Amino acid sequence: MSILDIVINGVSWVSIVTGSIFLIIGATGIIRFPDFWSRLHAAAIVDSAGAGLLLLGMALQAGLTFVTIKLVLIGIFLLITGPTSTHAIANAAFVSGSRPLGDKSGKPVVPADVIEPPLTAEPITAELNEDLTSKT
Amino acid sequence: MVRLLAIGLGLFALWLLLSGLFKPLLIGLGIVSTLATLAIAQRMGLFKKANNDTQHSFVGFILYLGWLAVEIAKSNWSVTRIILAKTITLQQTLFDVPTSQKTDLGKVLFANSIILTPATITVETENKTFLVHALTEEAADLDALAEMDRRITTIEYDKGDA
Repeated sequence: MSILDIVINGVSWVSIVTGSIFLIIGATGIIRFPDFWSRLHAAAIVDSAGAGLLLLGMALQAGLTFVTIKLVLIGIFLLITGPTSTHAIANAAFVSGSRPLGDKSGKPVVPADVIEPPLTAEPITAELNEDLTSKT
Repeated sequence: MVRLLAIGLGLFALWLLLSGLFKPLLIGLGIVSTLATLAIAQRMGLFKKANNDTQHSFVGFILYLGWLAVEIAKSNWSVTRIILAKTITLQQTLFDVPTSQKTDLGKVLFANSIILTPATITVETENKTFLVHALTEEAADLDALAEMDRRITTIEYDKGDA
């Protein structure tokens, strides 16, 4: 075992262990934080630091093989899908009127310029009523 | 059409790379899923000719990724300190961040970068400005986000300039 192997092995183990610690920290954050919005940030740690360091450590263990290519692909997909799903959840919460604890920005619960056309149930029920009346 | 073919070949190559098996059944499944993916992408209108005047520099993108990795590490550390503190103190805010990207890809890159750095999340992207949620006052740093915005915009260049 050459010096280089020992160094690579060491770096790999350090990043796997640190990544695992970040996973635990992220999970702790999800439990300790008070509301939905702050918990999203704790989950972001799991996504970026946790998954990133674990993948790096595993890639160093595998060396220049097919496994490493697959690990890099997993990393790329995580980089794209992680933020996208976080945004989808946050956006759904915002549009349905959830606001962070202690938010002083004064953003209206249903901002007129964000939802277009306004989400009202009236046109749909009107159509349904017409259908019902036409059948009876 | 050339674009569709190139993307199809790329997707099928990805299938072969990930499967590593060359049995007729698996190759057949690969072809079917490639065609299904292309059909869905076509339906979503992803192959429509976009405005090609603004291009993206690949080297610039790689350099940006390096800078982004450092930013992610820094903000990870700040959120870790908040989580492990004895008492959790948060000052959550929603605020608007101006954007200067011309292309959709640039905007996607900016919004995703904001979310990738813990302590900030892009909530709304409908308008010219993004609505961003920050965990602390310290994270709601408009100057830092303007720096990120500037760096992404430099990746975009007009065809005439290159």
